[in-house]
Amino acid sequence: MWKDKAMRLLMLSAASTSIFLVALIFIFLVKEAAPFALKPGLDALFDRQWIPVSFVQERYGILPLVTGSALVTGLSMLFTIPLSVLGAIYIAEIASPVEREILKPFIELLASIPSVVLGFFGLVVLAPLIKSLFGLGTGLSALTGALLLTLMAIPTVITLSEDAIMSVPRAYKDASRALGASDLQTIFQVIIPAALPGIIAAIMLGVGRVVGETMAVLMVTGNSALMTWSPLAPVRTMTATIAAEMGEVSFGSLHYQALFWIGLVLLAVTFLLNIIAQRVLVRYGMMK
Amino acid sequence: MVETSIFPADTDHVITTRQVNFFYGETQALFDITMDIPGRRVTAFIGPSGCGKSTFLRIFNRMNDTITGTRLEGEVRINGENIYENGSNVVRLRRKVGMVFQKSNPFPKSIFDNVAYGPRIHGTKDRQELAEIVEKSLIRSALWDEVKDRLDTNAIGLSGGQQQRLCIARALAVGPDILLMDEPASALDPKSTIRIEDLIGELRNDYTIVIVTHNMQQAARISDYTAFFYEGSLVEFNATKKIFTKPREKQTEDYITGRFG
Repeated sequence: MWKDKAMRLLMLSAASTSIFLVALIFIFLVKEAAPFALKPGLDALFDRQWIPVSFVQERYGILPLVTGSALVTGLSMLFTIPLSVLGAIYIAEIASPVEREILKPFIELLASIPSVVLGFFGLVVLAPLIKSLFGLGTGLSALTGALLLTLMAIPTVITLSEDAIMSVPRAYKDASRALGASDLQTIFQVIIPAALPGIIAAIMLGVGRVVGETMAVLMVTGNSALMTWSPLAPVRTMTATIAAEMGEVSFGSLHYQALFWIGLVLLAVTFLLNIIAQRVLVRYGMMK
Repeated sequence: MVETSIFPADTDHVITTRQVNFFYGETQALFDITMDIPGRRVTAFIGPSGCGKSTFLRIFNRMNDTITGTRLEGEVRINGENIYENGSNVVRLRRKVGMVFQKSNPFPKSIFDNVAYGPRIHGTKDRQELAEIVEKSLIRSALWDEVKDRLDTNAIGLSGGQQQRLCIARALAVGPDILLMDEPASALDPKSTIRIEDLIGELRNDYTIVIVTHNMQQAARISDYTAFFYEGSLVEFNATKKIFTKPREKQTEDYITGRFG
């Protein structure tokens, strides 16, 4: 009897580890970031410049980093969404079994490439290409980062979208065909609308992946914290900023605290994206 | 071979099949079926599960084409046209031959969009025209009064019986001559079943209806002609009254008296 109880307790604590850890991470982030809110105050974060080390005046505006992340993510989604959704439709609805068996492992392989390795590829292949294609001074730009992130987001979005498309009941397809619809009409007017909540959730999770990615963007986006919406300009993302500066910052300084604020913003964004994705799935009955 | 003399002299044979064999891969599912199905009558297919009646039904709108590895031998004509001939137009065929499935399968769209789906994919864009088609089809399927005030709500919210009548409306909206029904009431409660049967009774004068059922009382109630299938062969085809009172074949008699199946 007591054995049962002990075992139950053991498993319960194993299962709740992740809740505990998330809470711990959140508390830790808030604790390290908090003093900044009192001095110099939160409005310092809304400065338009990020100059954390200066002989004149340090500035901790995270806006250029937020726009950097937004620009890279937005551009990347511009490529990811059409590529992934069309790819998922092909794999789920059109491909022959042989084609599926070739395509799927490659998509999974793409997902398993470490982002540093992709970063190398970006640095050596993509950046020079962008540089010569647009006649730029440097190939390290928001666009380069976005293209690289597209490679990372595609497997997630394709796989989840494909699941969503595959879970559309066959009866819908039969009904549409029996009414004289062509395969393409059936796909675009019945199957995609029915799978749309799942596809949207897949895109949300893809965005989360892209926003949170660090190594590859650090290597290829040029790392200049300027506020810009030009795809060809070098930018710096929130993640890259933390990764690049955390090692050199003096412990407990304002700069250190500002970096933790960036971390909090990132956490909030990814958390929100996950919640939206789950809400969409639950609401449309694709997840219980 | 079934003699055609079971029909009155002036009967139009809308669907005619000659020596139809059908295969799923290597497995033969239908054997040498020759039969004439009369126009503007209700013809019921009965027989135990796996006897091939649904497979045979799905030949008439080429729904079996969507299953890979299937093969058909023989000749199937609808209104004189060989529907399996090279170059035969499947889209046109399916506009003329509507289908209602065993499990009601409305799209997760509004009631209006469900019924308007067929006309839309066939090129009707005018909102007014679509609204007329939707209203007419829903009136025909005896659903209009129940849904006229909520055409823009999702069809998934309808009851099972209503969903099935919506599927019938959706099939009628493209203007078919023939309606294929694959056990349309088998998943419904008795009350909804009666409504579907009544509806079939109302449609019988304007459409050629072929209905698969394994409910023999249903076949007896609603059909003019009944075909009994067993193990992929057509055993007997005759006026429903004859089949249920004086079947010619021993197998038919055994089945309808409940000795097997």
